[in-house]
Amino acid sequence: MLKIENLQARIEEKEILKGINLDIKPGEVHAIMGPNGSGKSTLASVLAGREDYEVTGGSVDFLGKDLLELSPEDRAKEGLFLAFQYPVEIPGVSTTNFMKTALNEKRKYQGLDPLDAAQFLKLMKEKMKLVQIDQALLSRSLNEGFSGGEKKRNEIFQMAMLEPKLAILDETDSGLDIDALRIVANGVNQLRSKDNAFLVVTHYQRLLEYIVPDYVHVLYKGRIVKSGTKELALELEERGYDFIKEEVDQAIA
Amino acid sequence: MDATSNIKSAYAQLEGKSKNLSAFQEENWKTFSGIGIPALKHEEWKYIPIKNVFKASMNIAVEHDAFDQSALSNYILPGTEDANHIVFYNGRFQEHASKINEKDKLVVKSLEIAAGDEDAAFVETNLGNSQGYHPDGVNALNGAFAAGGAFIKIKKGAVISQPLIIYHFADSSNGFRFSQPRILVSVEDNAQVTIVETYVNHGGGESLTNEVIEICTGRDSITRYIKLQNEGNLSNHTGTTHVRQLERSNTHAVTITLDGAVVRNNLNMVMEDEHAESHMYGLYLLKGNTLADNHTIVDNRMPHCESNELYKGIMDDQSTGVFNGKIFVRKDAQKTNAYQSNKNILLGDQASANTKPQLEIFADDVKCSHGCTIGKLDEDALFYLRARGISEKNAKALLLHAFASDILGQIENEAIKNYIETLISDRLSLEA
Ligand SMILES: Nc1ncnc2c1ncn2[C@@H]1O[C@H](COP(=O)(O)OP(=O)(O)OP(=O)(O)O)[C@@H](O)[C@H]1O
Ligand SMILES: [Mg+2]
Repeated sequence: MLKIENLQARIEEKEILKGINLDIKPGEVHAIMGPNGSGKSTLASVLAGREDYEVTGGSVDFLGKDLLELSPEDRAKEGLFLAFQYPVEIPGVSTTNFMKTALNEKRKYQGLDPLDAAQFLKLMKEKMKLVQIDQALLSRSLNEGFSGGEKKRNEIFQMAMLEPKLAILDETDSGLDIDALRIVANGVNQLRSKDNAFLVVTHYQRLLEYIVPDYVHVLYKGRIVKSGTKELALELEERGYDFIKEEVDQAIA
Repeated sequence: MDATSNIKSAYAQLEGKSKNLSAFQEENWKTFSGIGIPALKHEEWKYIPIKNVFKASMNIAVEHDAFDQSALSNYILPGTEDANHIVFYNGRFQEHASKINEKDKLVVKSLEIAAGDEDAAFVETNLGNSQGYHPDGVNALNGAFAAGGAFIKIKKGAVISQPLIIYHFADSSNGFRFSQPRILVSVEDNAQVTIVETYVNHGGGESLTNEVIEICTGRDSITRYIKLQNEGNLSNHTGTTHVRQLERSNTHAVTITLDGAVVRNNLNMVMEDEHAESHMYGLYLLKGNTLADNHTIVDNRMPHCESNELYKGIMDDQSTGVFNGKIFVRKDAQKTNAYQSNKNILLGDQASANTKPQLEIFADDVKCSHGCTIGKLDEDALFYLRARGISEKNAKALLLHAFASDILGQIENEAIKNYIETLISDRLSLEA
């Protein structure tokens, strides 16, 4: 579904991604862990099409298309979704209003008729239940004055509405209380199917107890330096990143 | 013939024709002859090349041009067919074409007549009050031609249910049209009214409308005022809306500028008595070469008054937005609350904005604040929306619409709000 080969990217003059390789197949869940500043959000942003980053090498194939050639909106319409680490506050635009625009633009792209008001409302209700989010929140200005947890839950709500083929969750678990964590994980699990895939960026093993990954990767200094199964996450939780950092830094030296 | 001698010959035709306003006209003519049209070095006109707008070839109407009544129906704001309509044509009040439904509550007549009947005392004290705030040739020139104006009175305690919509037609089919509407409004004690002004340039040529409207809001009255400017890009405008607020009166003004060549709006709120309240909102959504300049004044003369002000601008292409907000708090005006904010978004690389708050405070127990911003569209917000599959064009439209929406939300009349909303959505070309 997603095949990343030797992806390199920089911002201003700073090299951040230094050759990422990753292959995600339908139905799989991949987790990416790694110390602060290692490039996890950068990878997510580059995949979503943020233009501040300059791709200096490598390729990304998404469902047979050259992802890097597509505009951010077309990537989304092709089925890519990014749950932001820091969701943006947009005064004057409600979640409901902008989701309707987003959903209908996607349907148009797919050659489908737009949803009318009643159909849209029905879909909303269904997805609201899934992530246990309140109507009042969705009518307010997008993320404005939302608590940290509400913002994250709103990201998952949007994911549920858009039903992406590949969802990248960038630290969606950060700032969530235990109940919210369970609700978010539940939302993700209900959307899991053999046809779609997840790339979950997290610092905590805790989330992976709820969303059980098929693979765990460690990103360090712009490279994936170690890959394994869910046991790797447990080992990291116990030992921290030092042992991996040492291995890598020695290899470079 | 230059612009001034053109104006002179028009004034000569008019001189001596008015019975009740000739002294007022003469006095203004004297002022105008002395100082003329302001140059760029005039502090209050430094962003506006107003001298260039006054063309030698201007057509100035001094006699009553006949207005074709049937033309009005093409321009009625949608959903306001039942409103009270007042028509000005080439700057002159057209009584025959105006339509007042609530005649028992509302008096509309020519200013010339009002200056000689039972309203003469009101005219005497209120006509020309704006001159003290704008001692320039533009204001005086309007005064010199005041006899073509209208007088409006909302009677004591009257609640006018339908808005009072003033249509200003400028006929530019025979070349550059220069019009000078003059309006004097008395909102008597406890009365409530919504006054709307809108402008139509028909004929497709150039025009300049130099308007003065002076309003006195009585005790406990509520006045809503909407000024909508959406003429073509050949239409120039210099207008002053001057409000003298008496005790506990409440004024709410919304100024929307969507098109024009050179546009200057002065809005003055003079808090002459205690507990007066005024709200001033503005939206200028500019494109092409439009230059729109909003100058506002809140003059707090007495204690316990409150004012709120928010102006927002979106400038595309090479357009320019100017905001100047003066707040005076005089020595006696303790316990004044005055807030002001101006926010601008520049879309075009060649677009520009100038913003200047100007607070002069001589009382010590007051709460005043002001803030202004000039920026581009928020890149993070734009990316967020695009990452959800919304095209760049629609994402921009959504953000701009959101930016404009808190000004639109201030318009209480649903029909007028919806109409302006449509104009703005069309402009931003938001596709559902
Ligand atoms: N706009 C930018 N300008 C300069 N440097 C940047 C910019 N964006 C990211 N970086 C740098 O790139 C590096 C990687 O950042 P990134 O946000 O991808 O890290 P991360 O792995 O997501 O970290 P965290 O776990 O803290 O979220 C950091 O050193 C960061 O400072
Ligand atoms: Mg990050």
